[in-house]
Amino acid sequence: MDILTKARKRLSRFLRVFFKKKRSRIGIYGPPNAGKTTLANRIVRDWTGDALGPVSEIPHETRRARRREGVTISNGNGDSIVIDIVDTPGVTTKIDYHEFTEYGIEKEEAVKRAREATEGVAEAMHWLREDIDGVIYMLDATLDPFQQVNIMMVGIIESRDLPVIIVANKIDLPDASPGRIKSAFPQHPVIPISGLEGTNVDDLYEKMIEFFG
Amino acid sequence: MIQGVQLDLISEERLARLTSMEKIRLILDEVMAGNIVVLEKGLTPEESSRLIEMTMMEISPDGFAGIEMETYPARAQGGGLLARLFGGGRESPSRLTVIGPANQLKMLRKERDLISAWVSSR
Ligand SMILES: Nc1nc2c(ncn2[C@@H]2O[C@H](COP(=O)(O)OP(=O)(O)OP(=O)(O)O)[C@@H](O)[C@H]2O)c(=O)[nH]1
Ligand SMILES: [Mg+2]
Repeated sequence: MDILTKARKRLSRFLRVFFKKKRSRIGIYGPPNAGKTTLANRIVRDWTGDALGPVSEIPHETRRARRREGVTISNGNGDSIVIDIVDTPGVTTKIDYHEFTEYGIEKEEAVKRAREATEGVAEAMHWLREDIDGVIYMLDATLDPFQQVNIMMVGIIESRDLPVIIVANKIDLPDASPGRIKSAFPQHPVIPISGLEGTNVDDLYEKMIEFFG
Repeated sequence: MIQGVQLDLISEERLARLTSMEKIRLILDEVMAGNIVVLEKGLTPEESSRLIEMTMMEISPDGFAGIEMETYPARAQGGGLLARLFGGGRESPSRLTVIGPANQLKMLRKERDLISAWVSSR
């Protein structure tokens, strides 16, 4: 950790104690199906024993931002952070209920899901602009980073100067290439994990303590 | 009648005269009317996110299905593909941007220096 990061951390810790700032609210953002809920569930399960939300291969499974408050993450050296973890719906600019009927969902239910999904995306945008203190930006390591990265998302993270950890997920799959994601983000920590199998999540916890503390 | 699609290219000067809300409303009205909009200079990330928020509220079953929006990332200066995007300069990465109705505008290719789109008439 360089001096600047250290100084900034110390300052933010000081400010937090001083102003009794609420816990850091960490949002998990990323394209639909990247594995956000799978990771959110793992984090919540590892540190509290519960789960956060349902996971499925149907896009827009998460249609509402879901928050779990007061999750304490710690390491062997006695460092720890307390965060609120927010699982968000995949950000998209279009939603058609036919996306759901293709999975065999009845029209009425599909229309309802589409409605919820639009509200969830609107919510996620709002959260990011107003209420989030740090971001886990999740990408699918089997896909081209450039195709899935959302320029607007990156722009907001950047302009709000939010701490961000990039997660290259699904490294258990044979065509995963976390290196491709690393080279796309040379100035940011990129942690390759399998949220499904739990590979490397300890590295992620370590980085979260360092970055969001 | 000849089938066609209206394409509106909006200059940087005109965009600069509008407030954020006016810009977003203009874009959304055009796109909901089935037009394709090309902005000489794109929206700020905050404006884009508000546009998405408002788009979401306009979506209806068998009606408006949302937008398709594409822009170039900020100019890369060596390093990684997105080196400048993330951790680069402060100014917003806002360049030529194309926006259209999701059911008519399909992005075929999106590269650092080329955006290829396909437009259908309704
Ligand atoms: N192989 C593999 N599959 C994964 C991994 N993480 C998630 N998945 C699968 O990817 C699919 C989507 O996972 P979710 O956790 O629902 O993804 P999400 O990003 O929350 O999706 P939305 O809420 O729809 O945006 C599911 O079928 C998961 O089982 C992983 O690390 N490896
Ligand atoms: Mg989800």
